[in-house]
Amino acid sequence: MTQPVSPPRGSADKVPQVSERTGPRVAFARADVRTLSLLGVLAALILIGGITKPDEFLDTRNLQLVLTQASVIGVVTVGMTFVIISGGIDLSVGAIVALASVWATTVATQEYGFAGILFTAVIVGVGCGLVNGVLIAYGGMVPFIATLAMLASARGLALQITDGSTQVVTVGSVLDLGERDAYVLGIPPLVLVFAAVTVVGWLVLNRTTFGRRSVAVGGNAEAARLAGIDVRRQRLYLYLLSGLCCGIAAFLLIVLSGSGQNTNGNLYELDAIAAAIIGGTLLSGGRGTIVGSVLGVLIFTTITNIFALNNLQTDVQQIAKGAIIVAAVLVQRRTASTT
Amino acid sequence: MAPEPPLLTMSGITKSFPGVRALDGVDLDVQAGEVHCLLGQNGAGKSTLIKVLAGAHQPDDGTITWRGAPVTLKSPIAAVRRGIATMYQELDLVEHLSVAENVYLGHEPTAAGFVVRSRAAKESTTALLRRLGHPEVDPARLVGDLSAAQQQIVSMARALSHDVRLIVMDEPTAALDPDETDNLFRIVADLTADGVAVIYISHRLEEIRRIGDRVTVLKDGRSVASGLPAKTTPTREVVALMTGRNVEYVFPERPAGTDQRLTGTPLLEVQGLAREGEFEPFDLTVHPGEIVGLAGLVGSGRSEILETVYGARKPTAGRVLVDGKPLRPGSVRAAVAAGLGLAPEERKAQALLMLESVTRNVSVSSMSRFSRGGWIDRGAESGAARAAVRELSLRPDNPDVPVRTLSGGNQQKAVLARWLLRGCKVLLLDEPTRGVDVGARAELYAVVRRLADEGLAVLLVSSEVPEVLGLADRVLVLREGRIVHRAPARELDEHRVLDLVMEGSPVTPVPPTSPTSLTSRTEGNPAS
Repeated sequence: MTQPVSPPRGSADKVPQVSERTGPRVAFARADVRTLSLLGVLAALILIGGITKPDEFLDTRNLQLVLTQASVIGVVTVGMTFVIISGGIDLSVGAIVALASVWATTVATQEYGFAGILFTAVIVGVGCGLVNGVLIAYGGMVPFIATLAMLASARGLALQITDGSTQVVTVGSVLDLGERDAYVLGIPPLVLVFAAVTVVGWLVLNRTTFGRRSVAVGGNAEAARLAGIDVRRQRLYLYLLSGLCCGIAAFLLIVLSGSGQNTNGNLYELDAIAAAIIGGTLLSGGRGTIVGSVLGVLIFTTITNIFALNNLQTDVQQIAKGAIIVAAVLVQRRTASTT
Repeated sequence: MAPEPPLLTMSGITKSFPGVRALDGVDLDVQAGEVHCLLGQNGAGKSTLIKVLAGAHQPDDGTITWRGAPVTLKSPIAAVRRGIATMYQELDLVEHLSVAENVYLGHEPTAAGFVVRSRAAKESTTALLRRLGHPEVDPARLVGDLSAAQQQIVSMARALSHDVRLIVMDEPTAALDPDETDNLFRIVADLTADGVAVIYISHRLEEIRRIGDRVTVLKDGRSVASGLPAKTTPTREVVALMTGRNVEYVFPERPAGTDQRLTGTPLLEVQGLAREGEFEPFDLTVHPGEIVGLAGLVGSGRSEILETVYGARKPTAGRVLVDGKPLRPGSVRAAVAAGLGLAPEERKAQALLMLESVTRNVSVSSMSRFSRGGWIDRGAESGAARAAVRELSLRPDNPDVPVRTLSGGNQQKAVLARWLLRGCKVLLLDEPTRGVDVGARAELYAVVRRLADEGLAVLLVSSEVPEVLGLADRVLVLREGRIVHRAPARELDEHRVLDLVMEGSPVTPVPPTSPTSLTSRTEGNPAS
């Protein structure tokens, strides 16, 4: 019948051997090359800044300013990176920052002082993330659509709350955080928060089951489901995380500007997505790094600063940003295909 | 046959994909006006051959002679321009376009780059549909709104909208009811009367008897018989040609005294499980140490059964018990928690995280074992993954390499290692050796048998009959969503099973043709 008759021919198994041997090294080298090239770009920018405006750019105050500006969008980008790695997108981050910043600076909220402002900003962020997550994970909505709807609604609500006016913060302890007296070894507290969020984000992505599941869902949602991962719950958590980051960013923005405005966080969604993309996060999901995203944020913020110091207008800045996104993605595609 | 030279001659066609030789010297000649049937088991090379003919694959070697002159078919467009049209099993229609737009997709009547004369396209579409016996299909309707049979007609209308001399039909009746099948055969007869040749692929011998002129049989990438008379060649001879081995599978021996061990509680028990339109209610038990095989053709409902047992599809009736405890229906997580593990048919699409390392692919279902409060102990994880990889002698034995660099057989081992690490009790294997080359197969068979010997219950689905017979202890034969036969594997042989899956049991009356699953898949393409 079908019992053993002759030994198997094992020859065909040799074909993939070559790629087996080169595979891992290539993969790791590629990740290193990406990080190194981003660091190279950043170094080049610092060099350009130092040459064109040696006194202003390398001034401690200016560098503190650059890092402080990077902090707000940076925290948002960490959350966005998780969402994109999982194969999703969150277009509502800027609007959530705006809503959280105005809700946390109403006269009523300010009565509760520092804790009231911080708590409100975080809760509003997480609440918006919850709505996004439920709509996407359990309502079956496409992330693009659900978060687009949240973008519109949150901006609308923010306008309704402020009626277009700027809500000035009167709580001294909040304003003090932005003052030079609060700097720790010359580092602004906002930057410390950004650093802490970055470190925690890196640990969560690389060292926890949450991070693993995020990558698995983005890499192959069907395989993740069949491997026993609760894909929907994971998606819910990811939008909660993004909302949480927006809430933190909103608080940082309140400290930085001493106010809450419904126009806050304008186009943050595009800046955060762009930073993640040039940092090497795949828009289709399954791959991305926190370090890359943070470098992406620093590159964009540095460019903005250098352009401002050289009196170049925002239109030129925008054009340069677009060019950098295209260049970064092309370079990545090239390294991916040649190796 | 006509005395003139053949319309198409393919000779010595070979085609290799990494690790697999899909075609290993195929000869085929087709006369104008004939229905030439292509027969062969899954993996025999039929799909690859028609893709070569359609210009979708380039052969490594061999010649194609078309109307007396050698040709190379560089692209699907080149093939269509020469008059070779292919109707794939999975229809390649755009659901959101109208019937007429689909028919003229890619060769719309244009002027200065603009699509014009949509009225002319509609009128000629109407004429084509009338010729095909479906005047009721409105050319302006969206293809997505049509029935499967009507979509097939649209696909054929598209083929005929070119000046076509040869149409390849890949299992065209898989989604058709008997009336629609009759209509299809009438169309085929009309076409051949006009001198158009048809290459017809089907698993159903009775269809080949009805409309075929000649038969070519493929086996293991070779044409083992060419130009047999379709109506008079005995079934036994055809089946023998399809099954005769020149590649010998090596199966592990079954442990002695298996039958005595199977008296206790079954590890897996299926009671009256059914999914309407996919498979009818059936019962099944698998004991620890036992391998039960489901034999059936593409579209017979075998993958659907496995995925329903696993909770990936929700049953319309019946239930699944593991160790005597019923599972929550339609929940993969409940199944995994109860100790089920699935190695799915489409490994890359359904099982593997292709961007990730072997370790992470192996540990993905057992992360809670290596973590405390969500914090992963990476040392424990990689140690356990390494051990699982070693136990299955996965190569290379470095689990840090990306899983995509592994061969098909080793990727399958990575999937098995995942469930081994998880400590699963019931292993569901869907086409476990698809895309796995011959040498690696024997090793996989041995692994599966060893896991069973260690106390796992294994439910195996395969369209390769020798695999089911060689590996399983008991076999269930599946035909069009219904179990038509059950027997211990040693009481069956390949001819008998092929008879059963293709023509229904001679003992049990052939079941009335039920609407076959529309989710039937095309044969695996080792390159994809």
